[in-house]
Amino acid sequence: MKMTLFQQAVTVGMVILGTVLTRALPFLLFPAGKATPRFIQYLGKVLPSAVFGLLVVYCLKHVTVLSGNHGLPELISIALVVGLHLWKRQMLLSIAGGTVCYMVLVQTIF
Amino acid sequence: MNVSGFSFWYPLLMSMTIFAGSVEFVTVNLLLGTFHPLQALAITLMVNARHLFYGISMLDRYRGAGWKKPYLIFGLCDETFSINYTAKIPKEVDPGWFYFFVTLLNHGYWVFGAALGGIFGALIQFDTEGLEFVMTAMFVVIFLEQWSKENCHISSLLGLGLSCLCLFIFGPDQFMIPAMGTIFLALTAVRRGLEKEERAETEGGRDRKEETGS
Repeated sequence: MKMTLFQQAVTVGMVILGTVLTRALPFLLFPAGKATPRFIQYLGKVLPSAVFGLLVVYCLKHVTVLSGNHGLPELISIALVVGLHLWKRQMLLSIAGGTVCYMVLVQTIF
Repeated sequence: MNVSGFSFWYPLLMSMTIFAGSVEFVTVNLLLGTFHPLQALAITLMVNARHLFYGISMLDRYRGAGWKKPYLIFGLCDETFSINYTAKIPKEVDPGWFYFFVTLLNHGYWVFGAALGGIFGALIQFDTEGLEFVMTAMFVVIFLEQWSKENCHISSLLGLGLSCLCLFIFGPDQFMIPAMGTIFLALTAVRRGLEKEERAETEGGRDRKEETGS
């Protein structure tokens, strides 16, 4: 390995600092003691829905729709997750069902 | 990390102190490269920029957490945010402690998993290909839960649509920042309409709100 232990520690320290910064910044900018600006309150209410959409797309970012298997295993498994969830509304069942389906699809068919 | 030649202490300590999935994988590459601390900081800020949105969304919920608050903020990863934001906390449970234990358990499982993987990773025999879909499935379920709770789906649809659009234009490694930017701009643009809708909603649900004291 090229880095010394000290350099490794500094590198990891920087990653920790960066991560904590992104998590703490909103709380530092808008402390609990002061009234949060209306606009930020509005963002806090509407952002989560958009963020959950973003996270779904983030998980699927390496899917290639135009080549390979055209994202079919993902499409089928997500359809199953949605179906199971609308039917039983059991979080763990929906997640486990979709994952098993996906694993079978990518290991045997695709 | 086994594959990259690090001892099991690395994933263990990193999962404990960094506690952010994707960035820990990036760190492996950083450690294999040349020493460049500012670059490490810049990359981390870019990859983790989405946390800014989590903080803004949790400002209100974490307000009364007291001494637990620094730890809650430290542990605000994708999964902790998703669970703590959407959870319906029973009336008799203190929200601060609820958030605290969700964060602590997530953190604990994460470190435990990293330790197991570091020690036994090379011994795994069965085919784990596709197991990573568990993340996708979880976020799909959380998206659905949020969808079923909201009266107006504009924000959900904007999130999905703009993220797909940016992924298509910028590619998988570059799309997060533009996606966050366009989501922010779009939500700012539709603020008037959404707030009007929200006011109508809260008027209707006022009795219920007063009952729960929120």
